[in-house]
Amino acid sequence: MEQLFSDYTLRMVALGSAVLGIVSGGLGSYAVLRGQSLLGDAISHAALPGIAIAFLLTGSKAPLALMIGAALAGWLSTLWIMSVTGTTRIKYDSMLALTLSVFFGVGLVLLTYIRQRAGAAQAGLDTFLFGQASSLVRRDVITMAIPGGGALLLMVLFWKELKLLAFDPEFGRTMGLPMRRVDLFLTALLVVAIVIGLQTVGVVLMSAMLVAPAAAGRQWTDTLWKMVLLSAGFGAAAGVTGAVLSSAETGLPTGPLIVLCMGVIMFLSLLFAPNRGIVGRRLRARRNTGRFQLETVLLDLYALGMQHNDPRRPHPKGAVQAMRTSDVPVERLLGRLEKDGLVRRARNGWALTDTGLHNVESLKEERT
Amino acid sequence: MTQGEIEIQLLAVVVAAACALPGTFLVLRKMAMMSDAISHAILPGIVIAFFLTHNLNSPLLILAAAGTGVLTVMLVELLMSTRLVREDAAIGLTFPVLFSIGIILIARYAGDVHLDTDAVLLGEPAFAPFDRLIVGGRDIGPRALYVMSGVGLANVAFIALFYKELKIATFDAGLAAALGFGPVLIHYGLMTFVSITAVAAFDAVGSILVVAMMVAPSAAAYLLTDRLRDMILLSVAIGAASAVGGFQMARLFDVSIAGAMATVSGLVFLAVWLGAPRYGILAGRQRRIRQKWEFAEKMLAIHLFNHEGLPEADIEHRIGHLEEHLSWERDFARRVVRRAQSNGLVRQVGDDMLALTPEGRQAASEAIENL
Repeated sequence: MEQLFSDYTLRMVALGSAVLGIVSGGLGSYAVLRGQSLLGDAISHAALPGIAIAFLLTGSKAPLALMIGAALAGWLSTLWIMSVTGTTRIKYDSMLALTLSVFFGVGLVLLTYIRQRAGAAQAGLDTFLFGQASSLVRRDVITMAIPGGGALLLMVLFWKELKLLAFDPEFGRTMGLPMRRVDLFLTALLVVAIVIGLQTVGVVLMSAMLVAPAAAGRQWTDTLWKMVLLSAGFGAAAGVTGAVLSSAETGLPTGPLIVLCMGVIMFLSLLFAPNRGIVGRRLRARRNTGRFQLETVLLDLYALGMQHNDPRRPHPKGAVQAMRTSDVPVERLLGRLEKDGLVRRARNGWALTDTGLHNVESLKEERT
Repeated sequence: MTQGEIEIQLLAVVVAAACALPGTFLVLRKMAMMSDAISHAILPGIVIAFFLTHNLNSPLLILAAAGTGVLTVMLVELLMSTRLVREDAAIGLTFPVLFSIGIILIARYAGDVHLDTDAVLLGEPAFAPFDRLIVGGRDIGPRALYVMSGVGLANVAFIALFYKELKIATFDAGLAAALGFGPVLIHYGLMTFVSITAVAAFDAVGSILVVAMMVAPSAAAYLLTDRLRDMILLSVAIGAASAVGGFQMARLFDVSIAGAMATVSGLVFLAVWLGAPRYGILAGRQRRIRQKWEFAEKMLAIHLFNHEGLPEADIEHRIGHLEEHLSWERDFARRVVRRAQSNGLVRQVGDDMLALTPEGRQAASEAIENL
């Protein structure tokens, strides 16, 4: 941690990863909510030919030129996905898989073409495959922060429209909003988030940057702005942690470490998030079952008594058990009820107390 | 072509054909992205098996990869079963994490391993002829060709043996379950074969382009036929053709063979999307245009039919009147009349009057009845 403040390289890597985490976490929320988690994967692979063409045209490796090429190719790929799924019976998932792999193949052809023509001048284009966070310098961080910040700003400005798109596009349409254009706009923002991440984590892992923080954030809240903030926070935390780990544990690549950190955050969120979390849900379910069983035994005892027109009449344990299947732990439940003062041990079995009878009255009302 | 080039070409064709077989079912079952997930997620399985055997050709690698592939499917389904994330997010979470583990393992033990990340992601069939299969002291060809052919035949056997089951489970999972065909078992069986194919094709085309070889030919075939058997055969043929075209393109421009194969398969898909006889967009556009004219001709026939033999017929049956009555542009009206005439629905009487032919009268009354 100390290193983070003293080591310039590490500071830049951590800063860059944090910027990326915030942007992709925030914008990824919309992709996850709309069921488009895998669109990011397609766009990031499809960006590769754009990078190669930008290099062929400009002959420069300036991040901005490559980013614009990547963005255009990514944008084009989504248009192509939309138009094929819109005009034929080919399904969305087929088009995602086809587009990402074919565009990537075209990119690979172009990269190998550049390699044998331009020789050493192309060195560095390959980093987009796996990303190379450890080579981030100040200029890269700025090139990431400006478009990323711009995309987040636009997201805030068009908050209402994007929210409608995520939750009820039909309603948006009836209000006269151009939802198709809003959709294209959101895709453009996603493209920005992806493009700034390519250099850091590479094409394969970029999709995790969009999906994992958002899917984790979703578990903790049902409010959109809280989810966006949480996702951005998770993204930043994973980015910084991954960067620090990769420098301490020398030789380990940053991108995969960031993704693993996100995996851990995601896993913990699934388990321990207060409302939706698996652990909380299990505990609640168990508590509910327990209470329901206790009430059932109480009502059974009452029903047995009423057969003799005396609700307080004692009954042996076996009779109570006979009312239910054998997996209901009647003895233990009766013990709990006794502790609560709702039943008492009588000479020949168990009987309701006054409080117990009182509870039965209100339970009967509750259950009808 | 030299001997080596013929071997590479042959391998490329076999890879493409072997991938297209399970690919058909992935496309039909809306699980195309599972091929992407599996081809990435099997990396840690391959790496671990390689650490154990120190041999990239060990059959254990294929087994480990198949196991990891099935594990991936199970993890995705486990995530979905919590109902906390949707299917797309579950896939998008699982494979990058597994892939990351694989990359980190490679990086951590990079010194001891002749397995680098570039090779995993990209693959290159050009190296295949250097690794020969020697049986009894005789060189019988590149090892990869035999492995890939074996996997391809296994795919053929799987599909042939379980054709009925695969078909029902794909088109009507509910019916398959009701008939006791075990759609879940079929699902996992298919995923196992996808994993085996992916790992075998790994060396040749890499983990991303294997997706292209599985999905693109099958998607193209899906636009060309409505029959499962034809779709399988067509996708194998398209895959093989892409492999031939891709290799020739790679030879011509001296570029990545795997990339060129994916590129050509994409171009084939593009051509099919544009030009497929029934489902292509050009055919669709033509159909819409034809329907527009047919509809207009029918309108004309109905219009004439309605006023036939009535006093106003003298006005209504004039060609010049159509613009006003049917609110057609003058030019459009004349073209409709010309088409209707040549189709024998109407005939011209005098210089500006129209009359229905018997065929036209029948067409009009049929059209009215169908309303």
